[in-house]
Amino acid sequence: MDIPYVVEEREDTGLINSKLGIWIFLASEVMLFGGLFSAYIFLRMAALPGDFERWASELSVPMATVNTVVLISSSVSMVMAWASLKMKDFSKYKMYLGITIFCSFVFLTIKYFEYSGKFAHDIYPSSNTFMAIYFTLTGLHVLHIIGGVVVMLYFYLPISHKMWDKQPEQFTNRIEVFGLYWHFVDLVWIFLFPVLYLL
Amino acid sequence: MYSNSNNHDHHEETFIQKYIFSVDHKVIGIQYGITSLLFLLFGFSLMAIMRWQLAYPGTEIPIVGFIFGEGGVLASEQYNSLGAMHGTIMIFLGIVPLAVGAFGNYLVPLQIGAIDMAFPKLNAASYWTYFVGGVIMISSFFMPEGAARSGWTSYPPLSVFENGQTIWLISMIFLITSSLLGSMNIIVTIVQLRVPGLTWMRLPLFTWAQFVTSFLLVLAFPPLEAAAVLQLMDRVAGTSFFLPSGLVMSGEIVDVAGGGSPLLWQHLFWFLAHPEVYVLILPALGIVGEILANNTRKPIWGFKSIVYSMVFLGFCSFIVWAHHMFLTGMGQAMSAFFQTTTMIISIPSVVILTSYFLSLWGGSIRFNTPMLFALAFLPMFGIGGLTGLPLGLAASDIYLHDTYYVIGHFHYVVAPGTIFALFAGIYYWFPKITGKRMSETLGKLHFWPSLIFMNGIFMPMFIQGLAGVSRRLADGGVSYAHASGVLQWNEFMSISAFCLGLSQIPFIVNIFMSLFTGEKSDRNPWKSTTIEWAAPSPPLAHVNFDSEITVHRTAYEYSVPGAKEDFIPQTES
Ligand code: HEM
Ligand SMILES: [Cu+2]
Repeated sequence: MDIPYVVEEREDTGLINSKLGIWIFLASEVMLFGGLFSAYIFLRMAALPGDFERWASELSVPMATVNTVVLISSSVSMVMAWASLKMKDFSKYKMYLGITIFCSFVFLTIKYFEYSGKFAHDIYPSSNTFMAIYFTLTGLHVLHIIGGVVVMLYFYLPISHKMWDKQPEQFTNRIEVFGLYWHFVDLVWIFLFPVLYLL
Repeated sequence: MYSNSNNHDHHEETFIQKYIFSVDHKVIGIQYGITSLLFLLFGFSLMAIMRWQLAYPGTEIPIVGFIFGEGGVLASEQYNSLGAMHGTIMIFLGIVPLAVGAFGNYLVPLQIGAIDMAFPKLNAASYWTYFVGGVIMISSFFMPEGAARSGWTSYPPLSVFENGQTIWLISMIFLITSSLLGSMNIIVTIVQLRVPGLTWMRLPLFTWAQFVTSFLLVLAFPPLEAAAVLQLMDRVAGTSFFLPSGLVMSGEIVDVAGGGSPLLWQHLFWFLAHPEVYVLILPALGIVGEILANNTRKPIWGFKSIVYSMVFLGFCSFIVWAHHMFLTGMGQAMSAFFQTTTMIISIPSVVILTSYFLSLWGGSIRFNTPMLFALAFLPMFGIGGLTGLPLGLAASDIYLHDTYYVIGHFHYVVAPGTIFALFAGIYYWFPKITGKRMSETLGKLHFWPSLIFMNGIFMPMFIQGLAGVSRRLADGGVSYAHASGVLQWNEFMSISAFCLGLSQIPFIVNIFMSLFTGEKSDRNPWKSTTIEWAAPSPPLAHVNFDSEITVHRTAYEYSVPGAKEDFIPQTES
């Protein structure tokens, strides 16, 4: 006996298990980042007027802009990877997933240079409350990216072909569910970018 | 399809696959159960040591005194460690894993007729994350810094500088992650894996309670995780999330950037911790509902209003958190808002409790052990809830905050409340889980002293609290003049506590004795209606049921006029 609704949707809910699971997981992630965002608001209200703007001006807007473009592209290629599976084209899927992985490495590299640039100027999380929340929020976001990369590498390995051959629909679902996570991580950045760099 | 299910997967499972790293929800449920019961016992022992200190300050602790150094007397820091660890262990490692991890895991799939949870591997991961978190928490006793000593609430700035807190935070991150995995799984299981015919209003109360509880865990725990990360940053990266500018410690200004706020922690913490108290109570309400219906041989009175109240409680529990913070100097408007929501949230609790009391009316009650615990739960939870009202109004809370009155309040809901319900549940479902019945005599020998001593411990706390004795005093208040009139109660409470410990011996004996020599149980020893009783006792590995399950009726069809027996199982057409 197998657990039902892994591949086919349950009639009255219209969902497969993993899709409902990921939505609930994402709801908890919203609360996690929501908690940190409210911490940001709290600290900003507690700071002297102008302080946050002054501290934030140390950040590099161009680097973050490039990173925004990179992450959005990775989201697009993620959708394409899933769409390729839907069209039963495994080699296209590999190409698009490869692009997504590449984009995430570009993101991480740029982030690395951003962080080390700050450290080189003696700016640390302990410098002020803005930098504290900046490093915490972006650090947690980077951890989410790294987690995503690990999963993507797994789906990129040769065993992915075996999974695809054995259970193409389940494999497509997995990519779709992972894609939802990836878009969420992208969305978090889309919030972080204006809040930390521009406001 | 069912008859050959055993040779479906041919390979023999090794011992490790079957009992250690199993993905069967029943094995994981039992693992959760054993681990959390051991943690409850451990948390109780910590409290027993503290109670000795409170009753006989400055004297040698018997039996285990040698652990605490020269003379066997508890130092204040040690008392603080024990207090913080008692609270943390009882809540995060004891009750929640027992109520949700053990009961939820074992029973939810059975009550909805499923063969397992929706994500069995995630389920195992959840248990092992919990286990690692627990090991880390316990290991902090053996670290050079010792265990955390800033209370289970871990208020900064103290917690940022006190010893032991880093390990506490790391362990909490594991425990929170484990809860998240477990509760996601329960939600998906309930939504997706209900058997045909099991519509929402046919779900038993226990499953409803687990459903709402899981939502609370999924949505309320992440902000605590965020807060734990921030506090960890304050401790290891030198940030000042919770440290204000110009903070003075031991007469010197602390060298940090400042600009943070200790109140931020309180907000993030209570945003979790208030929903958390409903995580503690909802599964208990669910268990008691099942047992009341079964042993009054009547449908639960007001089933639908109970379900709606549970859902409403779930929603409201997110907007009352600042009633823990009336003394932090919040404005009138804020205070009015949180007083109002707190009064509103007590309404659904009263609806549920009233419905349960009314369910007793006209029933032909069977006074077996599970029923005794369930019956005792009602007034005990009633006392706990009613004493919460004066705490929810700022005018009276300003006086009562941080006194033993608060300790009395929440222990009445959690100890003779939730823990009694969990005992009731263990006695009730033991035959299902093991196929053996528990001894009624030993059960009653467990129940009556437990009831008496529970009240012996917690009732005097209200007296002390009303007299103004603060919580968290390592000497129990000896150094305060205003406490002198009520301190004689300390010895009484401590002796009650030790006796409560002794009263658990029949329970432990009962479990082992019944396991080995207990009378064999058939699949439905209590003549119950819900689906788990349609499975063999114990349910089959991996598939649970030995017949196709379809549901035709609501959860509690007892004493239906014209039926041949006084109960009609949900599975009967
Ligand atoms: C039903 C109505 C309830 C009301 C109106 C209520 C109200 C309150 C209030 C206002 C406080 C804060 C007191 C203070 O610190 O000054 C409090 C503390 C507490 N309550 Fe309740 N409560 C209720 C039910 C419950 C339930 C059902 C539980 C748990 C199962 C619970 C567990 C707690 C705990 C653990 C604390 C103390 C936390 C701490 O400071 O360590 N309460 N309650
Ligand atoms: Cu509360």
